[in-house]
Amino acid sequence: MDEIAILGVGMHPWGKWGRNFVEYGEKAARDALADAEVGWDEIQFVSGANSVRCGYPGYVSASTFSNALGFTGCQLASSYAACASGATALSIARAQILSGVCEVALVVGAESTPKGFFAPNAGERHEDPDWLRFHLVGATNPTYFALYARRRMALYGDTSEDFAAVKVKNSRHGVFNSNARYTKEYDVDDIANSPMVADPLRLLEICATSDGGAALVVSSLEWAAGRGIDNPVRVSGISTVSPTYPNSVIELPYLASDSWAAVGDETMTFKDNIAARAYEEASVSPEDLDFAEVYDLSSAYELDWYEHIGLCERGDATKLLRAGDTALGGRIPVNPSGGLGAFGEAVPAQAIAQVCEMVWQLRGEAGHRQVDGAKVGLSINHGMFGHGSSVICTR
Amino acid sequence: MAAVEGLFTLDSDEPQLIGGRARRRGSYFFPKALAGSDPACLGDEIDEVLLSRTGQLWSYTTGEYAPPAPYVIPGDEFEPYVVAAVRLAEENLVVLGQVVEGVSVEDLSVGMEMELVIDVLYSDDEHDYLVWKWSPTAMSENGDE
Repeated sequence: MDEIAILGVGMHPWGKWGRNFVEYGEKAARDALADAEVGWDEIQFVSGANSVRCGYPGYVSASTFSNALGFTGCQLASSYAACASGATALSIARAQILSGVCEVALVVGAESTPKGFFAPNAGERHEDPDWLRFHLVGATNPTYFALYARRRMALYGDTSEDFAAVKVKNSRHGVFNSNARYTKEYDVDDIANSPMVADPLRLLEICATSDGGAALVVSSLEWAAGRGIDNPVRVSGISTVSPTYPNSVIELPYLASDSWAAVGDETMTFKDNIAARAYEEASVSPEDLDFAEVYDLSSAYELDWYEHIGLCERGDATKLLRAGDTALGGRIPVNPSGGLGAFGEAVPAQAIAQVCEMVWQLRGEAGHRQVDGAKVGLSINHGMFGHGSSVICTR
Repeated sequence: MAAVEGLFTLDSDEPQLIGGRARRRGSYFFPKALAGSDPACLGDEIDEVLLSRTGQLWSYTTGEYAPPAPYVIPGDEFEPYVVAAVRLAEENLVVLGQVVEGVSVEDLSVGMEMELVIDVLYSDDEHDYLVWKWSPTAMSENGDE
């Protein structure tokens, strides 16, 4: 797959600020433009990752952010794909660039989140699985995270201590990240003493809902070269695939998994498919990775990803964790940014924030959380209704 | 009355979930309305079928904090509950549900046999609103609840 360049990245720090999401997106966009040394008036296309929690302006994010920066007549596209929204917005910018429709684009996403559990839209909607799961089962997002965690314990012998160790690791990484919401280093006792939310997961092991904004300035390699940038960080692969039937894992927000009675078997899961497409596009394999940014919606969820992105065989994730392989300084650091454990989740900004971290790592600008000599990074996430995404960046 | 119509039978002894089955392909769906994720079912008739009442416990957890609406808190105060995901014996389909009151996570283990029962989800002055729940089969048989 042809590549595009990432010229600039910017973020508004994650937190629970309670302010207008446009403010976060605008700040991130201005920082990305400054980082790229590209003027707003040079941007030909804005790809917005939508928010469904900020009213109508959130549904038309490209227009909303462009308005905040000043309308210049550039082309717009606004898209929503749950947790994959940011990567989807990047994929649209890539398509516009590679097809020659534009040369340089801004990708931006931001969100302001309410306190507590994410809840479905209002109204009584018997055909909407998101409504049904809350009404009939009381199944919150952590319910699903906990079902996956408990299954790891039963199948692979993972322990609560393993799960806590993931949070401890990511909190140590987050200490070095000024954009993270939580920069405190936690120990296993802190986690064991936090309240149980969904057995076996405790409060400190479950991703918070956060405010934040992130942006990228991307261009064709030719346009970058024209600006004298011959060795930019490149987007080498993007995956936004759907699940392949049958997905044996019960996914948010459904009441049931797919059935593997007629075809397939219990080993088929969506999370395996997501990375495969990105690896294929980038002509990269798991052994080539220097680090990964994965969606740790819960502490245990990070371990699932080690297996689904091919860092180890199914069931072996805790071997990597216990050996320190996935900590900074280890063989293959995972979530050097601190991950969602340190950030919480600002849905449309999160996949873009993962790419920001990849860019800082690949440029060698990540400070105390730098992965030495990083050349290849992978980000991956997974959201509601069969949306997931993965991005591979190289330099 | 059913909290939501059309998802399960109200047979008090042997209730069943109402799902869909692709006539030629043979794949199952729950709820029936969500049939379609199997691309080979394109153009296939989806028949309404009653699903297995028993299955193996795939995983389980608890809800320790009150979920937001449209969850309705039964009674005056929120009480934590247990949730199970059960792989239906015949359909190879994993289905969520609350676990009947009186069963804790200590009573459960992945792989154990579970059985579908009908229970009250919440009540108002006029009705009990019913839903399916999961119960360990051994417990239902012993009747020692």
